[in-house]
Amino acid sequence: MASMTVIEAVRSTLDEALGRDDRVFILGEDVEAGGVFRATEGLAAKHTGRVIDSPLAESSIIGISIGAAHYGMRPVAEIQFADFIHAGFDQLCSEASRWCYRTRGDAYLPMVVRTPWGGGVHGGQHHSQSIEAYYAHMPGIKVVAPAFPADYRSLLRAAIEDPNPVLFLEHKRTYRLIRQEVEGAPAETVIGRARVTRNGPDLTIIAYGLMLHESLAAAETLSSEGIESTVVDLLTLNPIDRETILESARATGKVLIVHEDTLTGGLGGEIAAMIAEHAFEYLDAPIRRVAGPDIPPMPFHHAMEDFFMPNREKIAAAARELAAY
Amino acid sequence: MTTAGTRKKRSERTIEEYLLSEQQLEDMYYHMLLARRLNERMLALNRQGRAAFVIAGVGQEAAQVGAAMALKRGTDYLAPYYRDLGMNLVFGMTAREAMLNLLAKRDDPNSYGRQMPSHWGNTERRIVTQSSVVATQFLHAAGIGLGAQMRKDPLVVLTCCGEGSTSRGDFHEALNFAAIHRLPIIFYVQNNGYAISERNEKEMPVPNVADRARAYNMHSAMVDGMDAIAVYQTVRPAVDQARNGGGPFLIEAKCYRLWPHSSDDDDSRYRPKKELEEWTKKDPISSFRARVETDGIFPKADLDEIEERVEEEVREAAQWALMQPDPEPEDALGHVYKEL
Ligand SMILES: Cc1ncc(C[n+]2csc(CCOP(=O)(O)OP(=O)(O)O)c2C)c(N)n1
Ligand SMILES: [Mg+2]
Repeated sequence: MASMTVIEAVRSTLDEALGRDDRVFILGEDVEAGGVFRATEGLAAKHTGRVIDSPLAESSIIGISIGAAHYGMRPVAEIQFADFIHAGFDQLCSEASRWCYRTRGDAYLPMVVRTPWGGGVHGGQHHSQSIEAYYAHMPGIKVVAPAFPADYRSLLRAAIEDPNPVLFLEHKRTYRLIRQEVEGAPAETVIGRARVTRNGPDLTIIAYGLMLHESLAAAETLSSEGIESTVVDLLTLNPIDRETILESARATGKVLIVHEDTLTGGLGGEIAAMIAEHAFEYLDAPIRRVAGPDIPPMPFHHAMEDFFMPNREKIAAAARELAAY
Repeated sequence: MTTAGTRKKRSERTIEEYLLSEQQLEDMYYHMLLARRLNERMLALNRQGRAAFVIAGVGQEAAQVGAAMALKRGTDYLAPYYRDLGMNLVFGMTAREAMLNLLAKRDDPNSYGRQMPSHWGNTERRIVTQSSVVATQFLHAAGIGLGAQMRKDPLVVLTCCGEGSTSRGDFHEALNFAAIHRLPIIFYVQNNGYAISERNEKEMPVPNVADRARAYNMHSAMVDGMDAIAVYQTVRPAVDQARNGGGPFLIEAKCYRLWPHSSDDDDSRYRPKKELEEWTKKDPISSFRARVETDGIFPKADLDEIEERVEEEVREAAQWALMQPDPEPEDALGHVYKEL
C-alpha cells in the first residue's frame, strides 16, 4: 500500500470493512453519490444495498443506526458535517451512551458515527465546529480523533469492530492536506491509547486532529531554537489515555495543551485537572492552554478565522514562554 | 395452581367472529387482568411508601394486550413505552419480574435497578430497552426494521407511544424513513386523551393521530382501544401485511387513561370528573368479560376462577419480590462499555 491522504485512508477502510463483513452498512446524506467529501465514492456500486442515502434528518441517521446495531448489524453512520450532529445529540446522549449500561450489557451497540469536524476551511459558524467536548462528556461513547492516515485506518477499523458506539471525528482540513506512507507506519493503534509522536525533555505538547500537525510544526521550529518538546497525539478523546498523559507530564514537568475548540469547557480543562490532581509535584510551571477564544466558532472572514484558529506560531509562542518559565 | 383442573380445556379452533381461539381469548382476559391487578398492587405499594414511583397502563390494557397478541413471540420485536406493562406480559414477563422492576431490585431483568420502573427491556425476549425520552424508540424500531429487511428476516417490529409523543421530531423522522423503505413496522399510538395535562388539541392540529399517516403515504387504521378483540382484529392483518413486504402501518388505538399520569400527578387539576365517570363505564376489562360471558364463550365460574388465579399470582409476586435483594451501592459501576 502506497502513501495516502486522510480521505483515502477513510475510504479504503470503509471499503475493506464492507467487503469483510456483510453486516456493515453505511447510512448518511448523499453517501450513495460518494458524499460531499467523497469519503464513500465508488462504494455504493461495489457493495450493493449497503450504502444507503438517508433523508436529511440527523436524529434519524443516529436513531436508526442504534436500532440496526441492536438488531445485529454494524452500521457506520455519516453525519455530513459535525456541526449538524447536534440534532442527533439526544439519540447519542439519552440512548446510545446508556444502552449497555442500563441493560448491564444484555444489549449493546456496535455502531460508528463518522463526521468531519474542525475549522480552517472558510466554513463559518456551521461548517467549522469542534464538537468533541460535548460528546466526550458521555460515558458509554468512545470518541476518536486521529491525525495521520495510518491511524485513520487502524482506528476506523477498530471502531467498526468495537461492540460500543464510537464517534469517529475526521478533521476536514486534513482530508487532502495530510499524506502518509501507511505501510510501515507506527504500530497498529487501539482505541483508548495516545501516542508520543515526538520526544523531548523540555516540555510536553498535547494535541489532536489538525492541531497535532500544527504542534509538530511548532516543535520543529522550537527545536531549531534549542527547545526540545515531546508531542503527544491524543487519538482517543474518550476514554482518555491517562497513563500516557501523566507519564509525559511527569517526565517534562511542563505541559501545553492545544485544541481549536473554545477554551472554556474544552477538553484542555479536563486534561489540566487530571495532571493537577495526579502529577502536581512534578510540575515546574503552570499548565498552559492554547485554544479557540470563547466566541461562537467560527467567524467566516479569513482574517477573523485566522484570529480564531490556533496555529504553529501561537503554539510556538506559548511553548517558548513555558520553556523559559 | 388453584382450581385449574376443574376448568374446561380450551379449544385452539378459531372462533370466526373473534378471529381468536378460545385459548387465545382466555389468554387475552388473563393478561389484561394481570396487568390491571399488578398496577393496582403497585400503587398500593407506592402509597405504603414501599415503591418510589408508579406509571400505569390502567384503561389501556385492551389496547396493549390485543396488539401484542398479534405478534409472534420469539420472532417479532417490541419497542414499547412506559405504560406497556400489558404488552410485556404477553411477551413473557412474569408477575414476579414486574414487581422486581417496580422495586428496582437487583435481579430485575429490565435494568437491574438502573432505570426508573416501567422502563422496559429484555433482549432475550426481543423487547427493546427504553429510556424516559418519549418517541426515540420509533427510530430504534425503524433501525431494527431496516436491519431485518437487509437480512431478509421475516419479522415485524411493533413500537408504541402516546399521542402527545407524536409531536416529537423522532416520530416523524421514523415514519418518513420507514415509509420510504417500506419497512416491516407497526407504529402503534395509544391515544389516551392526555399528555400529562394536555388534551389532544394542544398536541396536534388534526383530529386523529392516524391522519398523520397521509403525509408519509403510509397505511393507517383507527381502532376502539377499549375493545381488545377489535384491537387484535385490526393489528393482526397489519402485522401480516407488514411481514409480507406490504410496508409500515400507523395504527391509533383510541383509549383512555383512567388514572392520573403517574403516582406523583394530581389529575383533578385538569380533568373533568364527569369525563372520567363516562370513560370508567367503558372499562376495557369489564366490557371484555361481559361480552364473552354474554356470548357464552366461557361460563361465569371459569372467569371467576381466572380472577382468583390472577389475584393470587399478584399477591404472591409482590410478597416474593419484596424479599428479593437490592443492588449493592457499587453495582452502580460497570457495564458502561461492552467487552466481548
Ligand atoms: C422528550 C420528553 N419530554 C418530556 C417528557 C416528560 N413527559 C413524560 S410523559 C409525558 C406526556 C406523554 O404523553 P403521551 O405521549 O400522550 O403519553 P401518555 O403518558 O399519555 O401515555 C411528558 C411530557 C419526556 N418524558 N420526554
Ligand atoms: Mg396520552
